[in-house]
Amino acid sequence: MKTDQLISRLAADTPPRHSSPALSFGLAAMAACLFAAAAMLLTIGPRPDIATAAQTWRFDFKFVVTLTLAGSVFLLLRRALYPEGLTGAPLWTVFAAPAVLLAAVAVELALLPASTWGVTVVGTNWWHCLTLVPAFGIVPLAIGLWGMRQGATTRPMLTGFLLGLFAGGVAATFYALNCTDDSPLFVATWYPIGIVGLGLVGAFAGRAVLRW
Amino acid sequence: MASDEDRAMADMMRAALRGDEAAYTEFLRRAAALTRRAVTRRLKSALPSGIEDVVQETLLAVHLKRHTWRSDEPILPWLVTIARYKAIDACRRRGVRVEVPIEEFSDVLAGPSETHAMEETQQMERAVGTLSEGQQKVVKSIAFEGRSIRETAAVLDMKETAVRVAFHRGLSTIAQRFGRQA
Repeated sequence: MKTDQLISRLAADTPPRHSSPALSFGLAAMAACLFAAAAMLLTIGPRPDIATAAQTWRFDFKFVVTLTLAGSVFLLLRRALYPEGLTGAPLWTVFAAPAVLLAAVAVELALLPASTWGVTVVGTNWWHCLTLVPAFGIVPLAIGLWGMRQGATTRPMLTGFLLGLFAGGVAATFYALNCTDDSPLFVATWYPIGIVGLGLVGAFAGRAVLRW
Repeated sequence: MASDEDRAMADMMRAALRGDEAAYTEFLRRAAALTRRAVTRRLKSALPSGIEDVVQETLLAVHLKRHTWRSDEPILPWLVTIARYKAIDACRRRGVRVEVPIEEFSDVLAGPSETHAMEETQQMERAVGTLSEGQQKVVKSIAFEGRSIRETAAVLDMKETAVRVAFHRGLSTIAQRFGRQA
């Protein structure tokens, strides 16, 4: 087939109107949050003493970390929707959440006597944390991949990884409403495992389904 | 910041998105020339044959993803990124390792035009062969036999909207199957 022939045929193809990729992806992100919220509320639910917990800095700080992660990655994902979107994008912003968390770890180490560090790191809910963050995040990841397919990323693996981090950030936000281990030492030890795990699943899924 | 070329092509694409077929044809023609130039210049040694395949894959991708161009942004960076993505994809499928910095790909846009004989390619035909029977009939009728949507609808005894949908889906499938068939 000659290229000229292809051109004239493409011009004749007038498909149904596409909605904007930003809108589709925004809706997908919203659906992902709703799903994670529902999964948490219908299973473990928030911790009973949430009202008093909300007045402690350690509890509140968990959300600073998880929401910083979800928010910064979401902004990158909005750019990833467009072929040229990630060119020159501030990818370093994914380190904002880890940086904030490490700062809190330093403060916590200064506040707590060294003898209690070990117990605080292990906490009581580490197994919950390891399993529930991925469990709450896997469907949001799938929804995110669907939303991203409405765009045209030219970095399928990287975009998939970011989608996994986003799903992980959202899942961790809702999981944190239940978890009673609030110390930054616990958060820094266990949360990243589930979140980065989702990121890796996202990277490989992205390589498979985000190519076009 | 946007060059005259960029402004001209952006205007064409805006008209095309409003349904102006002539403007769209001209846009695709220029996009084909730019891609052919960039690919020939940068990948001649890696991809001695198959340059026209990359051009056609790029056009099909541009067509199917044209809703991802934001009409208030320059259009050449968008186009160049798609061409580069498709060129790298084609090289990988042929087992050629390439590093193509984006700058190298886009600076070709400013270069003089190169004459390049437009070869006939077989890739589209092969990809059409992998479609379902219904889509195959529609795509063949429109793309190879040159019938319009309306004529195709009459010949195949289908509704025009059904023909449009089948043609569009067929093109999407072809884009995904390029180079993936044995």
